[in-house]
Formats: sequence, C-alpha cells, structure tokens
Amino acid sequence: MTITADTEAATETTGRAAASRFTKLHDFGIVLSVVVIVIALSVTTQTFLSTGNLVNLLDQAAVIGLLACAATLVIISGAFDLSITAVLAVSAIVAVVVTTHAGVPAGMAAAVLTGGVLGAINGLVVITVKVHSFIATLALSIIYRGLAVILTAGAIVYPPDDRVTAFQALSWPTTLGGITAASLLFLVVAAVCWAMLAGSTFGRRIYAVGGNEEAARLSGIRVGGVRVAVFAISGVCAALAGLVLAARGGSAQASMATGMELTAIAAAVVGGTSVLGGEGAIWRGLIGVLLITLIGNGFNLLGWDTIYQQVVQGALILGAVSFDRLLRGRRS
Amino acid sequence: MSQPVRIDLEGFGKAYGGVPVLRDVSFTLYGGRVHGLLGENGAGKSTLLKAVCGAVAPDTGRVLLDGRPISVGSPRDALRHGFALISQELALVPAMTVLDNVYLGRWHNRLGWRSGRKDGRTFARLLERTGFELDPSALVRDLPLAAQQQVEILRALVSGASVIGMDEPTALLTKTETDRLMAVIRQLAADGTAVVLISHFLEEVLSVCDDVTVLRDGRHVVTGPAAEQTPDSLVRHMVGRPLELMYPEPAPVAPSAPVLLSARDVRRGTAVRGVSVEIRAGEIVGVAGLVGSGRSETLRAIFGADARDGGTVVVDDRAVPSGSPPQAMAAGMAMVPESRKEQGLVLARSVRENMALASLGSRQLAGFVQGGAERSVAGTMLRDLDVRGSDLSGPVWTLSGGNQQKVLFGKWLLERPRVLLVDEPTRGVDVAAKSQIHRLLVDLAAEGMAVLMVSSEVEEVLGLSHRVLVMRHGRLVAEYARGEATREQVLAMAFADDLPGTDPPPEPGGRAAPGRVDPTTPTVSSRTSTEEQR
Repeated sequence: MTITADTEAATETTGRAAASRFTKLHDFGIVLSVVVIVIALSVTTQTFLSTGNLVNLLDQAAVIGLLACAATLVIISGAFDLSITAVLAVSAIVAVVVTTHAGVPAGMAAAVLTGGVLGAINGLVVITVKVHSFIATLALSIIYRGLAVILTAGAIVYPPDDRVTAFQALSWPTTLGGITAASLLFLVVAAVCWAMLAGSTFGRRIYAVGGNEEAARLSGIRVGGVRVAVFAISGVCAALAGLVLAARGGSAQASMATGMELTAIAAAVVGGTSVLGGEGAIWRGLIGVLLITLIGNGFNLLGWDTIYQQVVQGALILGAVSFDRLLRGRRS
Repeated sequence: MSQPVRIDLEGFGKAYGGVPVLRDVSFTLYGGRVHGLLGENGAGKSTLLKAVCGAVAPDTGRVLLDGRPISVGSPRDALRHGFALISQELALVPAMTVLDNVYLGRWHNRLGWRSGRKDGRTFARLLERTGFELDPSALVRDLPLAAQQQVEILRALVSGASVIGMDEPTALLTKTETDRLMAVIRQLAADGTAVVLISHFLEEVLSVCDDVTVLRDGRHVVTGPAAEQTPDSLVRHMVGRPLELMYPEPAPVAPSAPVLLSARDVRRGTAVRGVSVEIRAGEIVGVAGLVGSGRSETLRAIFGADARDGGTVVVDDRAVPSGSPPQAMAAGMAMVPESRKEQGLVLARSVRENMALASLGSRQLAGFVQGGAERSVAGTMLRDLDVRGSDLSGPVWTLSGGNQQKVLFGKWLLERPRVLLVDEPTRGVDVAAKSQIHRLLVDLAAEGMAVLMVSSEVEEVLGLSHRVLVMRHGRLVAEYARGEATREQVLAMAFADDLPGTDPPPEPGGRAAPGRVDPTTPTVSSRTSTEEQR
C-alpha cells in the first residue's frame, strides 16, 4: 500500500509542479507580448514614456477598461454579455435626459441605476428563459438599442448649456498627476472588481458557478442569484463607461460604442480568461486592455497611417493568443 | 484474413513531467484474439492503449505489424495501419445521424457528391455482420450510451480496423448492454480482429478475453492466457501482493439512538415512486439496485438536488423543503453526488477552493474570505483524509481519482453534517483510497452521523451497511439486516422482473413477507422502513 500510495503521491507532486510551471509560463506569455510592445515603443519613439502620453494612454483605456471588467466577470461566471454597449448607450442617454431635468448628480445616479437594472434584466432573462446567454443578450441588446432610439427620437442629445461643464466632469484632469477623472474611475472600478473576485466569498461563488454550475448548485450556492448579480454588475460597469463617453463628447446618442463589446470580450480573452468559464482574473482583462490600447497609441506616436490600424490590431491579438496557446498547449 | 495478424508492442515508455507512467512495456497481440489489459488506476493502461493507437506520442517504443515496424505517430497513421481506439470519451458528432457518424469523413461519393444510398447498403451489411440494431437515420445525441458505443465500433469497422482498442467500454453500461457488447467483441475476434479491452471488471475480462496482460506502476507484470488466471491471481498481479478487500466492521447502533433522517413517501416522476426510509444516528443504510432503478434519484430528491413531486423529509424534527440544497444543508444534510467531475468538483479550481465551497459562509468577514482560517481548516481536513502529494493550491484536476474523491468528501465534512447522503462513494477510485473511504464512512457513523449510501458495488453495500435496501423501478423492494443477505439474493431482487418469464425469486430464508426485516436483529432499526406503498 505504501508503495502504490507513494508513487501516486510522487506523480501528483511533479504533475502539479509541472502544471503550475506551465501556468506561470502562460501568465508570462501574454505579459511578455505586452512588454515587447512597450519596449519597442519606448525605443522607437521619444514620446512614449512621457508623462503626457502615459496619462493619455490611461484615459484612452478607461472606457474599454470598464467594459473589459464587465466582460471578464461575466465570462468567468460562464456566460457572455453582448449587451454591454447597448446598456452603455441607454445609460448615457438617461444621464443626459435626467441631467436636463434634475441636474448632473441625479443624471449620473440615474445612469448607474439604469445600467444595474438593465443588467439584472439580462440576468433574469438568462436564468428564466434558459437560452444561452450569448443569444439572450444579443436579442436584449437589440431591444436596448431600440429603446435608445426611442428615447432620443434618433437624434443626438445634449445636456443643457448651463450644465455641460459639470456634465463633462469625468473628462477633467485630477490633482493625481494630471490623470483624468475617467481614468481614476476606471482604476477604482478595476480595483473593486479585482478585490471582489479574488478575495470575497461572492468571487468564489462566481468562479464555482462558471467552472461547474451543477457542483456549485449542489454545494448550496444559489446559482440564479449569482448570475443575476454578475449581470447587474456588468450593467453598472457599462453605465459608468457610458458616463465617461458622454462626458468626453458632451452628448449621447443611440449608436454609441457600437461593436465595442467585442473588443471588451477580446481584451478579457486575450489576457487569458477562459471562454469556458471558471478561470481568469481581472488583471488578465487589464493586460488585454493594455495590449489593445498600446496598439492604437503606437500608431499615433509612430505616425503610421491609421487605415492599417485595425489589420495590425487584429494580427497582434492573434499573435499574442497564438503565443499564449503555444505555451499553454503543452499542458494537455 | 487468412493468416491472423501479429502485433508486437516493443519497449513502450512514456513520462509526464519527468514521472514515468509507462516503463519498457512489451507484449504481443494476435488477430482473432481478445486481449485484456488490466491494472489499478494509474498503472498506465490507457496511456499504453493511446500510444499504440497514435493518440499519445510515447517517449520510446515501436509497433511491429507482422514483424515489420510501422509508424503510429498520429491517430491518422494508426488508422491507416488498421489501429482504431474507442476511448471512454466517445468521439462522435452528436448532431449528425448514425449513418453520417459511421462513415464520418469516408462517405461514398460521386464527384464529390454524397451517395447516401451506397452508404445505406453497406451499413445494412455491417448491421448484419455485427447483429447491432441501429436506426441509420437516428441522431446520435438521441441514442443511449450503449448504442453510441456501437456506432463507434461500426466506424472502426468501416475504417477497416484490424486492431480495436476499447478503454473501459462497459463502465457505464447496464448488465444487458454489457452482455451484448461482449458478444460483439467475441464476434469481432471471430472475424479476425485483434481486440484490446481495458476493464476494471475482472470477471468480465476473464469471461471474454483469450489473453490478459497486467500492468503495475507502468511496468509489465504478466501476459498469458486468461484461462490460467483467476480474479484473485489478477488482483495479486495488479497490487503486487495478495489482497483481500476487507470491509471495516461498522459499530453497532445504540438501541436508543434517535432517528436523524426520516423520509416518507418520497416521489419524483417515474424514477422515484414513493420511497420511505428512516435512519438513526450512527447507522449506515446501503441502497443497492440497477442503474435506472431510481437509487440516485432517491438520494437527490431527499437532498433536494431535484424537486420532489411528493413526500416529506425530516431531519431531526426539522422539515426540509423540496428542491433546495441550501435548506437541506441548513438542516444538517450533505450529499456526495454520483459523479465527482460533473456534479462534485470545480475541476479548474484549487483543492482549497473546492473544499471551502459548501461552507463559504462559515469563514467570512464582511463578505471576504478569511484566508488564514480557510487554509487551516482545509489543511487539517487534507491531512485527516490522507490526501497525499497535494497541497491546497493545486488545481483539483491534477489529483488522482482517489484524492479527488477525498477532497469531495472533505468539502462536505467541513460543515459536520448530521445526515450524510453518499452516491457511489468509491467509483473510479484506486484500491488504497477505496479502503480509506470505507474506513471513513464507518468512522463517521460511529461518531453519530446517519449515512445513506448508494453503490453499484453490491459487496460495498453488503460490507458497510447496517441495513441493506434494494430498489427496483423506483420502489424499495427488499430490506435486509446486516449479514442477512448474500450478493446473489440482492442481485436477484434488483433484477427480478428484468429476467424474462420469471417471477420474483423466492424470499431469502423462506420468509413469507418479501423483504421484511427480522425485528429481533439487534443492529437494525425495528421500524419497518419499506412499507409497500399503496
């Protein structure tokens, strides 16, 4: 018995050591891709490492970053939320409308509330109708875009002139090294999501529901509740991203951020969050956001023609993921 | 196929992450013979079979086909030489028809257009040859597992396989389906195919195989005619020493022990048709029955994993509502489910997270996990359960079946339940871990837990239980006190009306009322728990 048990033990120790070594390599893989781009940009341009550019980079990352936090949470819980940018648009429009009638703070609060409610509706539909979240949120996103068109009568909406300045507060620089309020908001939201996912019992439940829904249910976890909550958080993140976009433009419209949900999902997945659910982390989403933002920033700094930007962006994402796959592939 | 093929496997070796799982294994297969491949979990059987069929690249080793070395570097290569593998995870396209799956990738065609008629004709001939009854136009996803397996076998035949490897094909089959498969395997051999069969069921192997090979710790132990082996000799070869699987004796239940679990007339659909059972503190009640008899469904309905259509469940005077695992847990119940991979563990997450999952609320501060407390309780549990070679941070999928099962038990024991429902406590677990889990169940009962256990292994039910219940068609059909029933009696009750043209077999011991407990037996609840329902 000792002999069998010991060999088994030995197999497992090394097996696991090997597994964790690959995990580290794999983490390293995507980080390495980003580091390579950072070094390349630092060497080829004088401006990349300047404070001004870094502040600008962070500001550019804010919207996609907020959406990537939402996408990461939802994907880890074993679902997809394709409605985030539709929720973003409705929330931003609600912000403008309510600001017009009741002032900026009320407008912002209403936007966040709208995001949370629409997100919760997503979650409720997913758990009651039991169609795949991909389809459910796709259909709901069309409904939300339609709502946005109805709310705006198809036009661009602006806050009243006397409230425009306050409405655009999120795009102002703060005293923290000149980074914008939007950047600050993004960092705070990312930190909260990170702590929640990595440290809270709710975070554990999210991983469990995404990793094995039935095992989670039989362990006494209220799976439906977790799903609705995750979608609601996703909606709130989307609403905050909507506030940032509306603040930048000083306006809102029904077609805001169309297609950006796919970029957010790409950011989450590029970072190494498993589309199968149950595996991933907020920091991975942030790495993905950084990669995508760096590409745009690089084009800008290098003075390359932006007509090539999308092709290069897609190619680089593919390259990073392939590299990732290469390192991870040895596991199986 | 005038001359039967001869396949020599030479010096197969394979290591994962520096740990050898196969070491210099050589033996010979012959066409027209069924070759059993045996060994404990982790002995290297599946790896060897996969290496021979090109699904895994071995570090060393080659295959000689009639004396000529051949390359089996990929499944495609292997298939070209006639080597087909039917693994545990079936490789079918669920949304396609039987016919399409059988001819997958090798459809008859005319200028690139499919000729369904030609496929249909050859398919009919295949059915004739194998005696399978399959509807070619049925979708594979609608078929029971046994039929899906037949589709895989047909596909192997269509590919012209002369060597077919089967990895535990009968693990999930019923008795009847197993018998049918065994007949097909014999038929394949009679047609000249070399069949390699991995199975944990020794009797099955001895009855169907011509030759057997035993592996232990990746090494070749013995190859020889099956006729020269007995189940005992095979087990000896597998574990390297004589081994009697001894069941620990459960402690007697105190006559005054209170009833902890009382389920009355539990119903769910056609699977559970009115089951009543009472279990006292310290008592282990084992449920035997065939797959589909409603044993697992009963456990799930009592726990609330599935909603009940009727009946009540009371734990310690507290009524447990239907269909709510959290409520059942609050009442002091725990359920170790049937399948640890599908229902028990979150494989991608760590040992620690899995252990903590059912009791997250007990170690939290303002919604945040108290890491120190969690590490300490999970670490203690890991030591208590003797999970070796693993720490808390490793993902659960890296553990062996036995250790995974222990982690699953650990998850539920952290909350100290009063009533433990266990479905298949030792399925897919190595011998050492198995006896540890048996010990654990007996110890838990001795500490005053009420245990309701379902198992496909009749010996396990008989060996561990104070009382044995037999289920058939959603009802309890017999109850025996410890030591009162034999394996044959239990199986006879479980099968009863599945045997065509026979009445239920005579009652053990010649008692008139079927399945009644002798009220004088001391270790048994004197309450009759199998009241026949209406």
